[in-house]
Amino acid sequence: MQRDEQIRVRMAEYSIAKDPEVIVTIGLGSCVGITLYDKFKKVGGMIHIMLPENRKGMKPAKYADTGIPLIIKELEKVGAKKRNLEAKIAGGAKMFNISESSSTMRVGERNIIAVKSILADEGIRIIGEDTGEDYGRTMVFHTENGSVLIKSYKKDDHYL
Amino acid sequence: MEDDIIGRLNDMHKDALREVGNIGAGNAATAFSQFLDKKIDMSVPSVDILPLSEVPEITGDVEENVFGILLQVEGEAPGSILFVLAEKSVQHLLKLVLKQEVDISELGDVEISAVKEIGNILSGAYLNALNQLTGFNLNQSVPGYSHDMAGAILSSSMIPFSEISDYALLIETQFLDGSNEIEGFFFLIPNLGSLNKILNALGFDI
Repeated sequence: MQRDEQIRVRMAEYSIAKDPEVIVTIGLGSCVGITLYDKFKKVGGMIHIMLPENRKGMKPAKYADTGIPLIIKELEKVGAKKRNLEAKIAGGAKMFNISESSSTMRVGERNIIAVKSILADEGIRIIGEDTGEDYGRTMVFHTENGSVLIKSYKKDDHYL
Repeated sequence: MEDDIIGRLNDMHKDALREVGNIGAGNAATAFSQFLDKKIDMSVPSVDILPLSEVPEITGDVEENVFGILLQVEGEAPGSILFVLAEKSVQHLLKLVLKQEVDISELGDVEISAVKEIGNILSGAYLNALNQLTGFNLNQSVPGYSHDMAGAILSSSMIPFSEISDYALLIETQFLDGSNEIEGFFFLIPNLGSLNKILNALGFDI
């Protein structure tokens, strides 16, 4: 695979890749993008979740609570060791400044809380984070070294 | 199950929802034209049923910097209205409304209010027509506003729907002026639980 070829992860989807592949997810709003990386095996995965909890048996990758264990399992299948996985997370913004009290509009915040608690339960450390606020983000994940580029219209590009 | 309703929609139901779009957007286009004193046309409405993952691509480039105005529809059949405009359209609209050139990258409060007001006018006209058609008394919330990546705006507008469905249903209409200077996507996104209420009000048993 070409070094500059990118694997695209859409909303409610995930992907696993290995050095030197690059995984991208574009336009995280209230959704949260999570990358998990095993620096010894140089394999990683990215998931783009929309909501905290899968209460009705919907598509697993759409939710933090079913998506994160799923991607861990997929990474283990390609040789990653769970104890070596490190996480970086981005997104969870509040895109529209309306109805403060409504749980629908606070979904970004609820997503971040859920993702952190699930990663903690799994014993996976978060080593990079760019979350909250009110703008959309794109994540570009390089599996050669685990770096994650965050792009947005509101802040300069930076690496996690 | 509630979430199966999308699967149970037949062609007649979809035609009826398209007609909702037709009547709603027709009224909105008239209001838009009157507000701008300029002829605004609308496309034939479509009922988009698609996997949620594809929604961020519905207006084109996911990463394009666009304007989104989001309103909550309140009443018998709750849902959302999302109006998406390209930057050049907003630039042109503001020039028409405020009679001056604006810097689209740094809108002030007056410009943002004007953009929101356009969303208000269109949504009000759309819901009025929908209320007459159904006998409902739907109202709209104060508009929310975002100038950001299309994908982030679209995905965040689908949250109420995504809680209980892996598929999305949007009633879409495009507004256009004759000269390609204004182009906007108008979406009515009924909550999943509102679809049968709308269809019942139109005389369908579902």
